[in-house]
Amino acid sequence: MHEISYSVAEGLRLVATLDLRLWEIVGLSLAVSLSAVAAAALLGLPLGAALAVGRFPGRRALVVVLNALMGLPPVVVGLVVYLLLSRAGPLGALGLLFTPGAMVVAQTVLILPIIAALCRQAVEDAWREYEEQLRSLGVEGLDAALTLVWDIRFSLMTAVLAGLGRACAEVGAVMIVGGNIDGVTRVMTTTIALETSKGDLPLALGLGLVLIAIVLGLNAAADVVKVAAQRRVG
Amino acid sequence: MELRTLLVALVLCLSAPAQAEDRFITVSSTTSTEQSGLFKHLLPIFEKKTGIQVRVVAVGTGQALDIGRRGDADVVFVHAKPLEEKFLAEGHGVKRLDVMYNDFVLIGPKADPAKVAGTKDIVAALQKIKAAQAPFVSRGDKSGTHFAELTLWKDAGIDIAKDKGPWYRDTGQGMGPALNTAAGMNAYILSDRGTWLSFKNRADLVIVVEGDKRLFNQYGVMLVNPAQHPNVKKEMGQAFIDWLVSPEGQKAIADYKIGGEQLFFPNAK
Amino acid sequence: MILPLRLERASFSAAGREIIPALSLEIAAGPTTVILGANGAGKSVMMRLMHGLLAPSGGRVEWSGGDARRTRRQQAMVFQRPVLLRRSARANVVFALKAAGVTGIECQYRADEALQEVGLTHVAHRPARVLSGGEQQRLALARAWALHPEVLFLDEPTASLDPSATREIETVIKAFDAAGTKIVMATHNLGQARRLGDEVVYLHQGRVLERAPVEQFFSRPATAEAAAFIKGELPWN
Repeated sequence: MHEISYSVAEGLRLVATLDLRLWEIVGLSLAVSLSAVAAAALLGLPLGAALAVGRFPGRRALVVVLNALMGLPPVVVGLVVYLLLSRAGPLGALGLLFTPGAMVVAQTVLILPIIAALCRQAVEDAWREYEEQLRSLGVEGLDAALTLVWDIRFSLMTAVLAGLGRACAEVGAVMIVGGNIDGVTRVMTTTIALETSKGDLPLALGLGLVLIAIVLGLNAAADVVKVAAQRRVG
Repeated sequence: MELRTLLVALVLCLSAPAQAEDRFITVSSTTSTEQSGLFKHLLPIFEKKTGIQVRVVAVGTGQALDIGRRGDADVVFVHAKPLEEKFLAEGHGVKRLDVMYNDFVLIGPKADPAKVAGTKDIVAALQKIKAAQAPFVSRGDKSGTHFAELTLWKDAGIDIAKDKGPWYRDTGQGMGPALNTAAGMNAYILSDRGTWLSFKNRADLVIVVEGDKRLFNQYGVMLVNPAQHPNVKKEMGQAFIDWLVSPEGQKAIADYKIGGEQLFFPNAK
Repeated sequence: MILPLRLERASFSAAGREIIPALSLEIAAGPTTVILGANGAGKSVMMRLMHGLLAPSGGRVEWSGGDARRTRRQQAMVFQRPVLLRRSARANVVFALKAAGVTGIECQYRADEALQEVGLTHVAHRPARVLSGGEQQRLALARAWALHPEVLFLDEPTASLDPSATREIETVIKAFDAAGTKIVMATHNLGQARRLGDEVVYLHQGRVLERAPVEQFFSRPATAEAAAFIKGELPWN
């Protein structure tokens, strides 16, 4: 038990002493995960909405598959993206492997299904309420889907935050495609894994607490923004 | 279409820093080497001299060689000579050079149930451990250390794949996690000295056997073959290799100490 | 002109149940047509068949003249519960105009004019969803007004409103009528039917039992079911 209190002390010490390497690592973690969330939202929200509103053969099967993809193991995603980005693979010429770019790609693939599936459910529920009026106004298909996405944007924030949480928390994907290179692709989760494997558990746990605190902060900030915006548009 | 362009731009932005300053090489090496802290000591010296940033991807030996095989690294720096020679024979490497060696040590519980402490004969020690069926943790991950361990069992006349019992714990982990497991189980484990010296979670474990010549661990470096992989940065990669085996590089290796103890012994020819 | 609208043996079934067997009807320009009937008679389904929100299971629903896009744009519908977007009242009207292809200065002008027509100029910039029930329904009517449709469908527009809000809505509907829009309104409010309607189409179990000028329907109903309905005696079924 004393290890836990020592870890809390370690975490506070790291933050208080403004350890430069720590902040570099935190900065990279946020850059990678926030970029992945932005990309996944840009692609996933329209995808989920289109799936909610569209009617075509095989739609139900697609919904089931999308839901299942929410449980993609990060390490498997990392492996597949690695094989794609490797010089021996189809996209090797991009030279993305072992760079933060590869990490963003892997995390985007990982969280895209989460955002799309949760968006699909939310839009499908809303579609029941809006469908007749929108169709009456001649708004259908992708236009209707995107109108709904914007109208239920506050509900969708939860989906986006779910994606962000998953991205910040995962280690399997970024470890494989990033290589955990010191000063280049080392992020919070891979550092925690590294320190644990070196046996420095208090440091690892301290970093873990810093990571949790940051994610908590992001969620709190998102909530403040949401409440303020909701007040403006009802 | 706009979305796709945006995504590609985003990805390129994040890799841009990597591509803008192209003066770096990728070296695949092993977790035990990196965790010993050698690279943190060595690489800044090389970078200051040449301006070339060395990016080390530290994984298990098997994966390190695989990275080289795929052309995802410019230089491979591992410690498993038979596997390295196979790598060369397959045409993935240009030439293999000895760089340095470190040694393995047998770690065990202070209570020493197999009574091996103090002996310098690793083979005898392993035979005693098997006889006593004392808990033994293996890395089981095709790493250089794992390979060395299997060789020692063979030298002891034990077919470990057949004769292992529940006392032999095959964990499939890197050196650090395996040591964690051994500490948790109060088991024997073969470790490289470097990782052991930096390992902080020792519990009741101590070094029980060391100094046997069979425990020496030879490191070799190879340039990934540019003929097979045109993207290899051969000039910069070769510069790194040349520096490692040069008197200056060899001295830098010897200068690396943990707690006053030298970890790696340069032996380039 | 997209009127007259012709339903030729139009039928609708859902979940194995035949809601409308085979309906033939012509809706012409001019008089306000009120669709009357008990709950479950099929009024809502019939309105949606006419407006094109439902496709008939059999038979045809045909407008005169114009392609599909034109017939869509010349109609508007107001539902029992107004569905408004999470934006300002004015922005809701603008949304409908933009969806109809109206942009720029004309769009802004028509939005302001519509809000003025229904008396909502003072809340133009308030979030639509915080308006009262009556104001929301008026906003829905403003949205329809801005489109200058040839036909306005209303499906029980005041069923969820209190008497004073109901009066406000009826005033706006009368204004639509005065401006020349064809009104087709489903209701089960007999007083409202008499106040606003010119002709009554009486629906019973998916069939048109009677069609007559409004006063004639109320004073001399031709069928027993209609008579019972007017007296408030028709059982649920």
